[in-house]
Parts: sequence; C-alpha cells; structure tokens
Amino acid sequence: MKTFLAVTLLLGLLLASCSSDGDASSKGTTSTIVNKGSDTIVNLALAWAEAYKGVEPRVDIAVTGGGSGTGIAALINGTVDVANASRQIKPVERDEAVANDVEPVEFVIARDAIAIIVHPTNPITELSIDQLSDIYSGKISNWSELGGDDRPIVKLSRETNSGTHVYFLEQVLRKGDKEDSTLFSPDTLLLPSSEGIMTEVRDNPNALGYDGLGYVTDDVKVVAVAGEQSCFYVLPSIETVNNAKYPISRDLYMYTAGEPTGRILAYLEWILQADAQTIVSDLGFVPATP
Amino acid sequence: MRNMAKSELIVTRLIKIVGYSAILFVALIFLFLLLEGAPALVEIPLQDLLDTRWYPTEGRFGLLPLIGGTVLVTIGAALIAVPLGLSTAIYIAEVAPRTLREVLKPVVEVLAGLPSVMLGFLGIVVLAPFIRQTFDLPTGLSAFTGAILLGAMAIPTVVSVAEDALDAVPSTYREAAKALGATDWQIIWRVTLPAARSGVLTAVMLGIGRVIGETMAVMMVTGNAPVIPNGLASLFRPARTMTATIAAEMGEVANGSVHYHALFLIGIVLFTFSLIVNLSVSGVVFRRRTRAERILS
Repeated sequence: MKTFLAVTLLLGLLLASCSSDGDASSKGTTSTIVNKGSDTIVNLALAWAEAYKGVEPRVDIAVTGGGSGTGIAALINGTVDVANASRQIKPVERDEAVANDVEPVEFVIARDAIAIIVHPTNPITELSIDQLSDIYSGKISNWSELGGDDRPIVKLSRETNSGTHVYFLEQVLRKGDKEDSTLFSPDTLLLPSSEGIMTEVRDNPNALGYDGLGYVTDDVKVVAVAGEQSCFYVLPSIETVNNAKYPISRDLYMYTAGEPTGRILAYLEWILQADAQTIVSDLGFVPATP
Repeated sequence: MRNMAKSELIVTRLIKIVGYSAILFVALIFLFLLLEGAPALVEIPLQDLLDTRWYPTEGRFGLLPLIGGTVLVTIGAALIAVPLGLSTAIYIAEVAPRTLREVLKPVVEVLAGLPSVMLGFLGIVVLAPFIRQTFDLPTGLSAFTGAILLGAMAIPTVVSVAEDALDAVPSTYREAAKALGATDWQIIWRVTLPAARSGVLTAVMLGIGRVIGETMAVMMVTGNAPVIPNGLASLFRPARTMTATIAAEMGEVANGSVHYHALFLIGIVLFTFSLIVNLSVSGVVFRRRTRAERILS
C-alpha cells in the first residue's frame, strides 16, 4: 500500500513537471535556438548570439562548435535548429538529409579568407597555390626547396570533419579540379582545433599551417599567396577578398531544416542586417552584404 | 530473528543482481558495438581495411595506421609507467618511513584524479616544445610526447594498486626472511614481490588499460597523423591512435553511414585489445595461484 502511494505520488510529480514545461514553451516566455557546427564560425556565432540578446531578450541561442561536418550531421539527425558550415553541404549529406525527412536550406552569412601562416622567424614571405599543393601532398618536404632555411616542413591541418580542411583539399591541393584525387600526405598533422594550429605555429619554426583569417593573431606570420594563373602575391584582407584578388577565400553558411519560420527566420534576417554584419568585420571576417 | 534473515536475503539478492549486472552491461556494450560495427565488415572489403591510408571522407578506411599508432603509444607509455610505478610502490610500501609513507600515498592518489584535458594542455604548452628542442625533432607533437603523458597518467594507478598489494603481504613473511639473514633487497625481490604477484600484475593491467583507453590528452599531443609506424624512429614522429580517431570523428558522421560503422569497428578492435591484455594477465595470475596451491597441499 505504501509503495503504491509513493509510486502514484512520483508519477503525479512527473506529470506535473511535464505539463508545466509544456505551458512555458507554448506561452513563449523564453525559447532556445540550438546552433552548432563550424569552428571557423563559432566565435562569430557567439558574438551574434550575445548581440541578439539585446534585440530579442526572449530568445536564447545556444552555440557550439565541433566542425562543419558535425553541424550538418546534427541537422540531419534533427538535434539542432541551425547548422553552421564553412563549406557547402555535400551531395551525400543532402541525400542523407532527405532520407531523414530534412530539407537543408542554405544562407550565406559571411565570407572568409584562409590565411597561410608560418612562424615569425621563417624567412618565407610568399607561396603560390602550386607550391602549397606540392607541400601538402608531400612532394616538397624541406623549406630550403622554397628558398628558406634547411628545415623540415611540419604540415598542419584541421581534422577531416572541418569545413576548412575540405575547402583546402578541394581548392588548394586539387586546385579546384574535381577529377583530381590528391590527398593530404599521411604525415600531415591533423589538429582538433584552430587554437591547436595557432599554438603549434607560434611555437615551432618548422611549421606551416592554414586557418580562417578571423583566428590569426599578430604573433604568427601571414604569407602572401598567388593564384594558379597569377604572379601577384596577395595578403589576405577584407579588400582583397571583396575584389577577388586573394585566391583562397570562401563563403560561410548557415543551414536550417526546411524553410525557417518564426524565431529562426527572425534571427537569420537579423544576421544579414547591417549591425550584425558590422560584427562580421570586427572579428576579421568579410561581410556577406557589403 | 525472522526479520534479520529476511533483510539479509534482500541484501544478498541485491548484491548478486549488482554483480551480475556488471557482466550484463559489458555484454550489452559489446553487443551494441558488434551490431553497429559489423556492417563495416560487409560494406568495406577486407583489403581496404588493411590499406595504408585512413582518410574516411575520401573513402579510405585503412585501419593499420591507427592500430600501429595505438600500439606504439601504449608500449611507450607502459615502458615508462610500469618500472617507475612499481619502483615507487616498492619504495612507499617497503622502504619509506611510516610518516613519509602517509604523505606520499595520498599525494600520488590525488595525481590519479587530474583531468586528462588539463594534462593534455600542459603537454601542448610545455612538454611538446621541450621535446622538440631537446631531441631536435621537426615537431614536438609526437607519439613519444603522448607516451610520456600517458605514462605519467598511468603511474598513480599502478602505484596505488601495487602498493596496496605489497602492503597486504603478511609481515611474518618479511620477518621470517629477515631471520634467515636475507638483506632488504632480497626480501623485496624474492619474498614480498612474488607474494604480491597477482596484485602487482593487476596494477600493471589497470595501468595499461588506462593508457589504451585514454583519449583527450593523446588527441591533443600526438599530432594525429595516420602514419604506419616502422621502427623506433616512428616513436619520435606524429601518430594517430584509435581512441583519438573515434573522438575526433564520431561527432561528424551521420548515423548509419559507412564511416559511422567504421568508427564502431575501431571500437571493436579497441575492445578486443583490452580484452586480450586482461585475459593474458589474469591467465598468468590464476596459473600461479593453482601451482602454489598444489605445492601447499
């Protein structure tokens, strides 16, 4: 008898707590937008989430990183509202999404240059796309082959779930050639975060890395890059990305499951407005709407 | 009296259930791994699994570099943790004076509780640059750095368990040996250590278990380059372990894809690894015990 009472009481409590939860969301006191994906975008997304508090205090935006692939996988599995990606969704991923009854909708929210970085003491100041491709695929392995010191080149890359990794593989190693099947050489270090790359480049005179311009700090050296058909070496900046002079720049994306409505639509519309886009240039990225 | 018996019955049952549930959980976990990982064996041809490249986003699923990386880092870490851990345990249990011992033991056990992320961070900021400069390596993010860090992480486990085992050896053994004229070293090497053998082996096994399963610190300091190790020089090159691969890639994959199944297959390989370590050690422990019993009877 006693246990029966206790069980009923427990059930009652559970039910009560469930129904009160339901009430809160239907009244719309606070609602949450779950936002996950690209590590390149995560700082930007956090800054937006914070600024959006001032615009719409009743909407909480929960931002996490993990990589573009992580975000898109979460969108496919239905655990996030908005996925951040520093690359376009792959056809395979789109198929998987459709199989899971999710229709990914794409928004370009900013642009980004990928900076090539080396240790400050490295005498190298410029590299061409061809040279970068040869280094990362393992054909060039010593800085002296590029006119630098006699040191081994330690190649740093992001993990394969990073949109930056995929972009770099397609646009730099394979130079945009879809038939090309060049891979990163196996001795390329795959670091789990942008910060890991910055730390190693800062510390190691042998290192060569790449990272979104928004992450690059003053204590590493940015190398000027020349495009495939060009002999002009260009440093990355907002201007050189906008006038398409810098060869390795890309769009940054947000994906939603189906056409967004309600609070998610309002958030995405706000992102493309002028004040939100100012935050983009403050963080070292290039605004999507100039 | 009747009440006592009843509550005792309940407690015994409860303990029995808890005991069996541990086995049940292991079985369920293995079943889950098998269900999620086995499809990879069908989806990926065997020669592709024995390929030399691990590049899942481009359809290359060679497991050899990952297995090699784990073996390399584990052996390196065991070579550091086992001798250092055992000698520390012997020192604490047999040599150190009572007061020092009461300080050392808790301090070592606190070390065991250090979060591995923190050790990994220390590894990146302090250990990796130090190793690069000392050994004049291209980069400090190497299997060796991982082995040192994991060794350091396993030492407290080895010390704590081995010290308990040595401490449990009856003092009459030592007194008897001393009465026969044995030196301190002879007592440690010929009497206490053999008497505590099963506990000491458990300590080693738990230490190695910790090393094989460690993820975060290893992902931060080994550089994660999937290279197949060849020879001693590979220890000073970057390596990619199975655990780091699962941790780095599991968040990325869509449920049910080939890559997802391949990651679970790595999980099965890892599980088999720890199983082999455990079984071989417990095999040794049990064999010794039966032989000792035979002699005694």
